Amino acid sequence: MPHASIQSRSNPPLRVGIVGAGVVGLACAVELLGRGDEVEIFERGDTAGAKACSWWAGGMLAPWCEGESAEEPVVRLGQEAAAWWERHVEGVVRKGTLVVAPSRDRAELRRFASRTSHLVEIEAEAIAALEPDLAGRFGKALFFESEGHLDPRLALAGLAAKVVALGGRIHYGREVAPEDVAADAVLDCRGLAAREALPDLRGVKGEMLLLRTRDVTLSRPIRLLHPRIPLYIVPRADGIFMVGATMIEGGDRSAVTARSMLELLGGAYALHPAFGEAQIVEIGVDARPAFPDNLPRLTRRGRVIHVNGFYRHGFLLSPAMARLAADALLDPASIPERLHDVAA
Amino acid sequence: MASFYGFEPKSRLFLGTAQYPSPAILAEAVKASGVEIVTVSLRREAGEGGAGQAFWSLIRDLGVRVLPNTAGCHGVKEAVTTAQMAREVFGTNWIKLEVIGEDDTLQPDVVGLIEAARILTNDGFEVFPYTTEDLVVGGRLLDAGCEVLMPWGAPIGSGRGLNNVYGLRSMRAHFPGIPLVVDAGIGLPSHAAQAMELGYDAILLNTAVAKAGDPVRMAQAFAQAIEAGRDAFEAQPIEARDMAAPSTPVMGKAFLS
Repeated sequence: MPHASIQSRSNPPLRVGIVGAGVVGLACAVELLGRGDEVEIFERGDTAGAKACSWWAGGMLAPWCEGESAEEPVVRLGQEAAAWWERHVEGVVRKGTLVVAPSRDRAELRRFASRTSHLVEIEAEAIAALEPDLAGRFGKALFFESEGHLDPRLALAGLAAKVVALGGRIHYGREVAPEDVAADAVLDCRGLAAREALPDLRGVKGEMLLLRTRDVTLSRPIRLLHPRIPLYIVPRADGIFMVGATMIEGGDRSAVTARSMLELLGGAYALHPAFGEAQIVEIGVDARPAFPDNLPRLTRRGRVIHVNGFYRHGFLLSPAMARLAADALLDPASIPERLHDVAA
Repeated sequence: MASFYGFEPKSRLFLGTAQYPSPAILAEAVKASGVEIVTVSLRREAGEGGAGQAFWSLIRDLGVRVLPNTAGCHGVKEAVTTAQMAREVFGTNWIKLEVIGEDDTLQPDVVGLIEAARILTNDGFEVFPYTTEDLVVGGRLLDAGCEVLMPWGAPIGSGRGLNNVYGLRSMRAHFPGIPLVVDAGIGLPSHAAQAMELGYDAILLNTAVAKAGDPVRMAQAFAQAIEAGRDAFEAQPIEARDMAAPSTPVMGKAFLS
């Protein structure tokens, strides 16, 4: 069913309850409000996203880079993310992604390039032109020109403001069960908290840290390939850099391990020694909700639709999944069996 | 068929479970290749309780034997503790023992390995030691109670194949009755076939399948190569020689000129 015909529908507006104000719940709310529905969000935390794993996200809008390890739907559906975010929040940066590797791990760079598309291979001079602070540090890099990034916390706040501006309501400090929400339909966007309703949902632990330094300036996310500790560094405002992220099977969210911290700091230091003098501003740990195929899924039970399993692609795939969820509210038969079959 | 502590798998491919694009693809790779033994890293993959159980139950649903490993352990005590935790979590006496001695090559600390193997076998474990092709070390590991040896082909994850064919061939000749598994360094099915042609009993690998563009097809390719290599070994290949040997005999040929 074509997307446009649904947007210009003649149906009466629906009253939709959404449980969870992480990136998925907020994206769904904005999508539904844009289609003329009434939306009420119930969030257990005190602010948008603060209790969600999207709070700790990298905020990379990098569908082509993700193609290195993710399945095809992530690459395809992720391509609509940057434009969607630009439409709804401030601060989306479209300066691409730079992928580098230490010279002895050049094979990793070749492998990455062979698994991905929409990149150019560049050499020292071009690297220096893009990121002057990395001049002389890497002989070769992959440049994914069309990718972007955002600051997740600002984006979550921006989206929450947009929900309110569009007439939606957000109730903070309200932990409710989806089936108890009084509405025509309910979107359950609770992430890992919905595990009891979704038995094959699991948590994949992720650890990250925020560093502050004025000694390095980067304009875009840098991915450092390393056979053991691949990592990325995303620049944010005020000299803040997000360094992430581990991926460990097991949902323990209680603490960051010393080893993970060692690896993240070691990687940052390998990218630029000035990170050795950076301040550690914040250490984050959470678990990403994932299904066995690591792809998000819509699951319908009566008037509740679970929107879950975003794994490491919350900001990248919530625009596409919000669109599919909104379609599903009108026509449950539109819920795709597999994301592979969904047109972008 | 080779026996690994009494278990005789039909498949001679042992598969690691890390680094796949998703658990679903791991499961498909295991099914498609007929693998019967998978290794699982306790440190990085299994949590105790909570959502960590979810990954473990995905592994359990594969219906294959689990060989927990001590991947990433750098000392005897650390490896022994990890093995004991693995026994509780996975309910098996099997342990793939890794004691890493050097971070760049991830080569085994063979001195620590022998000590840890002794401690663990005394504690009732059935140890699969990740070792080098050193014959003396191999002998010491058997003395320590190991009934399987797993020499490396090349450094873990390097995909270089068999770095020391001579050493691996000597090892096969030196330990004729001992199940030998080439563990680590395999990049291509041809590497695995080569090890099987040398008479090795099985191949343990992870990265070459998990990081392939299509892990499921690569797992199948390895399964086929390993079977072909084993058949070749059992069929007793010819010896290489320096000069040509005509396949059509010249002697006794009629002169038609």
